[in-house]
Amino acid sequence: MTHKYIGKRIQRNEDPRLLTGQALFVDDVNIPGMLHAAFLRSDYAHARLKSIDVSAARERPGVVAVFTAEDMGADWKPGPPLVSPPPTVKDVTFFSRTQVPLVKDKVRHAGEAIAVVVAESRYIAEDAVEDIQVDLEPLEAVADLEKAMRPDSVRVHDDLDSNLAAHIVQVKGDYDKIRGEADLLIKRRIVIDRGAAAAMENRGIVANWDVKSQHLTVWDTTQAPIPIRNGLATRLGLSAHQVRVIAPFLGGGFGPKMMMFYPEEMLIPWLAIKLGRPVKWIEDRRENFYATTQERAQIHDVEMALTREGRILGIHDTFLHDTGAYDPYGLTIPLNTQSHMMSGYDVANFYSEIKVVFTNKIITTPIRGAGRPQGIYIAERLLDIAAKELGLDPIEIRKLNFIPPEAFPYEHKIIDQAFAPLILDSGNYRPVLEKAAVLIGYDQFVNEEQPRLRAEGRHIGIGIVSFIETTGVGPYEGARITVQTDGKINVATGVGTQGQGHFTSFAQVVAEQLGVAVKDVHLVTGDTAEFHWGTGTFASRGSVVAGNAINASAAGVRKKILKLASEVLKAPEDELELENGQVRVADIPQQSISLGELAALANPLRGAVEPGTEPGLEATAYFGPKYGAAAFGTHAMILEVDPETMMVEIKRYVVVEDCGTVLNPMILEGQIHGGVAMGIGNAYYEKLVYDDNAQLLNASLADYLIPTASEVPRIVIGHEETRSPLNPLGTKGVGEAGTIPVPALFAQALENALAEYNLEILETPLSPNRLFELIQDKEKSR
Amino acid sequence: MSNTVEVAFTVNNIQYVRNVEPRMLLSDFLRHELGLTGTHVGCEHGVCGACTVLFDGQSVRSCLMFAVQANGHEILTIEGLGTIDNLHPIQQSFIEAHGLQCGFCTPGIILTLVPFLESNPDPSEEEIRHAISGNICRCTGYQNIVEAVKLAAEKMSPNT
Repeated sequence: MTHKYIGKRIQRNEDPRLLTGQALFVDDVNIPGMLHAAFLRSDYAHARLKSIDVSAARERPGVVAVFTAEDMGADWKPGPPLVSPPPTVKDVTFFSRTQVPLVKDKVRHAGEAIAVVVAESRYIAEDAVEDIQVDLEPLEAVADLEKAMRPDSVRVHDDLDSNLAAHIVQVKGDYDKIRGEADLLIKRRIVIDRGAAAAMENRGIVANWDVKSQHLTVWDTTQAPIPIRNGLATRLGLSAHQVRVIAPFLGGGFGPKMMMFYPEEMLIPWLAIKLGRPVKWIEDRRENFYATTQERAQIHDVEMALTREGRILGIHDTFLHDTGAYDPYGLTIPLNTQSHMMSGYDVANFYSEIKVVFTNKIITTPIRGAGRPQGIYIAERLLDIAAKELGLDPIEIRKLNFIPPEAFPYEHKIIDQAFAPLILDSGNYRPVLEKAAVLIGYDQFVNEEQPRLRAEGRHIGIGIVSFIETTGVGPYEGARITVQTDGKINVATGVGTQGQGHFTSFAQVVAEQLGVAVKDVHLVTGDTAEFHWGTGTFASRGSVVAGNAINASAAGVRKKILKLASEVLKAPEDELELENGQVRVADIPQQSISLGELAALANPLRGAVEPGTEPGLEATAYFGPKYGAAAFGTHAMILEVDPETMMVEIKRYVVVEDCGTVLNPMILEGQIHGGVAMGIGNAYYEKLVYDDNAQLLNASLADYLIPTASEVPRIVIGHEETRSPLNPLGTKGVGEAGTIPVPALFAQALENALAEYNLEILETPLSPNRLFELIQDKEKSR
Repeated sequence: MSNTVEVAFTVNNIQYVRNVEPRMLLSDFLRHELGLTGTHVGCEHGVCGACTVLFDGQSVRSCLMFAVQANGHEILTIEGLGTIDNLHPIQQSFIEAHGLQCGFCTPGIILTLVPFLESNPDPSEEEIRHAISGNICRCTGYQNIVEAVKLAAEKMSPNT
């Protein structure tokens, strides 16, 4: 099928506004009479709230109100959970403990909000926070996952018997049986630590309660405006139609802006109603480290059983997953880890046990990758170790174990994060890996370049790893498309947008159906007044779920256009074509009518219409996939380590990606570039360091190191295309693909670069310091 | 809070005389007093570079300055660089090379690049990467920003 717009490098519709400072972000909202909120947050990670005195703060000129948990009365309620535990798996234990608007009795992580000040300016509000006298009795805190699981550990939630938040086991085949038949068992402990999403825009909320119309408008840096609207209405005792939530332009999301409800997200609208004035709260960077969710920490005890030829017989894994002080996001992250531990390999026997653990650290919820990087790290590390043991090439052992193309759809026979069977819909993995090997120049490097450089004393290594990414999960999204009387197309959809180029890639889908220019398709996303059915932008699902809803709705509009045009132009529908904003008779181009004129005819002001006629050229449609679409990719890298400083220089980086139909390759490549940059941070620069008291030690961008243009290399991208059979466009998601395999890739490439030390890297994130320590340990043990 | 100081300065070629609190940050003043919200604030401690503006032609971090320090000086924010109908060549190049995604860091990066390209009209890739290494972008991985700068240098070259 040839496309005119889909698959083309089309420049973005949204760029001119963003480039000239004309795009609205939440902190740009300014309403006359608006007040500003600031929070008193706990310095301790675990403490009993003995007393609090806010009288001095209330007396400060310019302060309008100060609220504590007690002041909220009956309106104080723990936040509703975002995701409930999976119903389809047996033997699930899950203790739901959700975040609270303001601390009432006990602080459970540093940064938890204790009181909120509302004042005429942010400056005054922050001054008044300092006026508050709070008496906190520090308690012993628990930061370490294993310590938290000991019977004598302090408990994060006093009403529970332990810090176990959830327990779930998934089994496929019979691991114990095949274990006895295996030629090789690789048993290791793998430790993964925390990182931050660190979107450049911090969170923010503005709420305006219009007393006369009894209407609440909320601007929120959320990836999920519709669920926020529905939840706010329920909590505040309003009808959903009294609440409008707008997620305008967002300065990056990456997952934590999908979390709901943050305490501030419930409190700011509540305050606006309570005080009858607009209220704004904008998170600062320090708060972003203490009050915005984080991800990744897990400890795995894992074993892989293989034949001497290198075929995987089974994987047995037990892991601890750090949920932080509360678990509002259910089991999404650990289930994703579990779902990716078998990756794209044909594994017949699998045992996986998850223990989710409460700690006195900030809540974890998905960040770009969302449990997948951990699962892929496990699979790829164990294969690397097995390959070394068996004397196999890292590429060969992967090829040997890939699910073959004829086996799709392939059932992994466990459930995934969407509580549905984990099925990989389609794929052809070998060509992807082979293309990456060619693009990185694998054979030439290993056989010629590397021996020569090693002889010169250089520490230069290569890595190549593969991964799956489950994407495009349900339940559904929708869209309404309208042809305006000026011939332009209006599209409204529910998902929010955080830089993914939806204003353009979705417009391309519409342009393809309706034969209009992409710039004439105007998209509204993330405004519940425009469209109020849907869930949000997460799990790499925009182009799959919303994209196909838009496609379906554009097809509906096309049908209406053809029907009416056929009457007007007196020609059968199958002789009509849509081109350049016109409908014309194929062989007689002068016999035509513009879409704008047709739209006017479809909405007459007088006269009779046929009974059953719907006005306008408009259609609404929804799309919900049967299950998620599984993308696949291979990353390869050549890097050099400076043995003096342990700094790395990435010489060449290759990504080959198969995400089905590509809507806009320019946007796709941009997503991959950014994903890899975040993955590089995850692998070698970014780590949230907590001390034993669960204090975060590097809560600033000066101490938490995000890769800059000096660390991120040029990335070479190759594509393969295996369409998803689960949706008409054939798309799969790609938003997280750049990030997922990078820590595994770093481990393999660093081991290869430092071959003389025979390192075995079993942790992530690394850093120059940590790599130095690992080498020191190795030297000492010699 | 009546402790204010009168300051006079030029922003985007418009002269302002205002009374401001001495502690008010230049970034807050531009955004919330003048409504020039194209200057974004990402960290408030001078690391991310999102709030970069031109101060007498040089790029500075407006979150690390007080508004009173601008007295007598000339400031340019992203709103003063080009308009949607008449984009600056750097802005145009960012569209063509897909040098932005969420766009939050972009105004700061562009205003870092204006004096850079004036002083170095034909930069190497390494020089470009060094020039933007004080600006954090979480979306693009920088590659297309580098491409955009190369394109802008071509567009701004007197030979073309």
